Amino acid sequence: MSHEVEIQVAGVATTHEAHGHHEHHEHHDTFITKYVFSQDHKMIAKQFLITGMFWAVLGGLMSVLFRLQLGYPDSTFPWLETILGKWAKGGHITPEAYYALVTTHGTVLVFFVLTAGLSGTFANFLIPLQIGARDMASPFLNMLSYWFFFTASIVMLSSLFVETGPFSGGWTAYPPLSALGEASPGSKTGMDLWIISMALFVVSSLLGGLNYIATILNMRTKGMSMTRLPLTIWALFFTAVLGVLSFPVLLSGFILLIFDRNFGTSFYLSDIYVNGVGALPNEGGSAILFQHLFWFLGHPEVYIILLPAMGMVSEILSVNSRKPIFGYIAMIGSLFAIAILAFLVWAHHMFVTGLNPLLGSIFVLLTLLIAVPSAIKVFNWITTLWRGNIRFTPGMLFAIGFVSLFISGGLTGIWLGNSALDIHLHDTYFVIAHFHIVMGVASMFGMFAGIYHWYPKMYGRFMNNTLGYMHFWITIAGAYLIFWPMHYQGLAGMPRRYYDFSIWESFKQFVELNRFISTVAMIVFAAQLLFLINFFYSIFKGRKVTNLNPWGSNTLEWTTPLRPGHGNWPGEIPEVHRWAYDYGKDGKEFVQQTTPVGEDESNH
Amino acid sequence: MSTQNPTSSRIHPHKFTLWVAMASIIMMFAGFTSAYIVKMNEGSWLKFQLPSIFWLSTAIILLSSLTLHLAGKSFKAREMARYRQLITVTAVLGLAFILCQYFGFRSLEKQGIELIGQRSNSAASYLLVITGMHMLHVLGGVIAIAVILFLAYSRKVKNYSPLPIELTTIYWHFVDVLWIYLFIFYHFVG
Repeated sequence: MSHEVEIQVAGVATTHEAHGHHEHHEHHDTFITKYVFSQDHKMIAKQFLITGMFWAVLGGLMSVLFRLQLGYPDSTFPWLETILGKWAKGGHITPEAYYALVTTHGTVLVFFVLTAGLSGTFANFLIPLQIGARDMASPFLNMLSYWFFFTASIVMLSSLFVETGPFSGGWTAYPPLSALGEASPGSKTGMDLWIISMALFVVSSLLGGLNYIATILNMRTKGMSMTRLPLTIWALFFTAVLGVLSFPVLLSGFILLIFDRNFGTSFYLSDIYVNGVGALPNEGGSAILFQHLFWFLGHPEVYIILLPAMGMVSEILSVNSRKPIFGYIAMIGSLFAIAILAFLVWAHHMFVTGLNPLLGSIFVLLTLLIAVPSAIKVFNWITTLWRGNIRFTPGMLFAIGFVSLFISGGLTGIWLGNSALDIHLHDTYFVIAHFHIVMGVASMFGMFAGIYHWYPKMYGRFMNNTLGYMHFWITIAGAYLIFWPMHYQGLAGMPRRYYDFSIWESFKQFVELNRFISTVAMIVFAAQLLFLINFFYSIFKGRKVTNLNPWGSNTLEWTTPLRPGHGNWPGEIPEVHRWAYDYGKDGKEFVQQTTPVGEDESNH
Repeated sequence: MSTQNPTSSRIHPHKFTLWVAMASIIMMFAGFTSAYIVKMNEGSWLKFQLPSIFWLSTAIILLSSLTLHLAGKSFKAREMARYRQLITVTAVLGLAFILCQYFGFRSLEKQGIELIGQRSNSAASYLLVITGMHMLHVLGGVIAIAVILFLAYSRKVKNYSPLPIELTTIYWHFVDVLWIYLFIFYHFVG
């Protein structure tokens, strides 16, 4: 008991000190160095978050627009012409615009929202705070990482406004659509901007990832051994390792693509006839080669998106169940196993490209192996919840929602990992349903959980709970209502990326279902506005945080002042004496990592 | 504000970051060379002799690693005049390496082997792209040397920290070894 009293007293003292000396600490900061070219990891995290939110709104709006086409292929919407001009002539989205929307939606959501917005935000925010460091190993590189991302964003945004439209060959940018300007309108300037933007994005990810790894391995405070780290940090560590080792391979694929586009080489091109242009002289290239290079990044990318969400969910579930995380070492081991397997399964995206069947069966085996660490994680999350003293905060609800979605989406992964089943299921709505649930929506839930949970640390205020609950229930119900029916469409063979299904005899039966999905998509999109309002309103008017440790959490970020300045702790960095999960130990509700191990304490 | 943890006696975070960055660069060239192997086995692959000037550039970059190594020793011995000479020589050798590579490409073109353009063969294009990316990484090293050169000649900044020269040296040896790898790769695989 005496420990807690001490913490409370010390906490009050530091709060006063922080208020008193706040100006004094930061008197060098101008508006520019504090809010724009900031080197403070917490500010950079907020920059990533808000840029990511901007892209999430835009990318989500794009999905609403193309769902409008899929749900109401025969209707016209004059207002569409007002906002999209020639891309929606007569109030009807043109095929070119449809493909551009689908492509940009994918690129933006995968890279800008769920990579930069998710791991960029929380790696920046949580790594120094939870390991007990004043900032990243290199705050300057960290700032550069954000500004490369910002520049990538500007370039991508500008591609929406060029005359020939943004790139429209799918987010995977397979050649020849991506390599030949003549191939489609979107393959012209739009693709140039796409590839410049993505190259900048890769640089941003690499700079960020290098910093995260160096920080976690080198800047931990005294006593913070690797096995005392919260699971968030372990997850962010493996995420960064995956990014640093896989993004360069994507970059090499892009460099070859640039040469094919601009310098007439034939890395990916062979025997091509373009309507209106004629036969091309390129010979000997292989389009499949790009797919190998792309998916060598592309599959780890899935885990780059998912692992941070897993880490945050582990932490939030444990804190709000008031129980230690079940199987801490198994959780680290399974993260490690996923990180290794991530590099060994890329060809399961290519089962139907004429891959050698023997090679295919090896990749089936390796792919199905991922089920083992995934199942370990799910088991541990559920056993953490089991008989816990659960507090259903909005963050906790989103964390539980993540587990639900991860199970639902993960199970269909076992189907798709089979090369035989994939012959039927590839490129159908089954695939769309699978990866949207397990990667897209699940990771969004992880991100929401993280935002609701760490918001008090970010802004010193709480988000509104009622709005949070409404946001959660509409989103989870909507996610299942949108993507569950897509499994049936996919099993019936409905292909992805088609513009209009009502003209196909085999898919006419789905007209009503498509309309239903589109309607729910619009409702869910509207519900996200609740979140946006809640987020921005709470920055200024939310309920103030008065307790240094509002969730009764063990980790170090809650030992900082209410609004930590650059450097995080006004005095010495606290020393760590125990792991992060001493909840409900020896009759105490929680024991912070900074509390020394008492003599009468049971083994930990 | 120092971000270095004072209690830590481990490797300097910037040095560690550099090691991870080098791992990242290795992945990029692993991507290139494995694409090279895949493409080579798919046929229509032009066989040609590597430009002989590449032997010269190999010698130059090996020599430059030596001069930079000696420069680091002089820095630690505080023989600043010698240190300045040696890093200047290293930077010049780096530029000479890049020039030699460029002349290598020119000599291929004189033999009628097109590196880019629609009549080019992937074998030559790969050589250009991979070697060209390596040249860019060497150029990055030359820029790093230019920075420490500036520090060495600057009268305002008196810097006794060996960190910049150590970081540059590690990176420089790395691009050296990377070129040796590529050179051997071209000879025995290509």
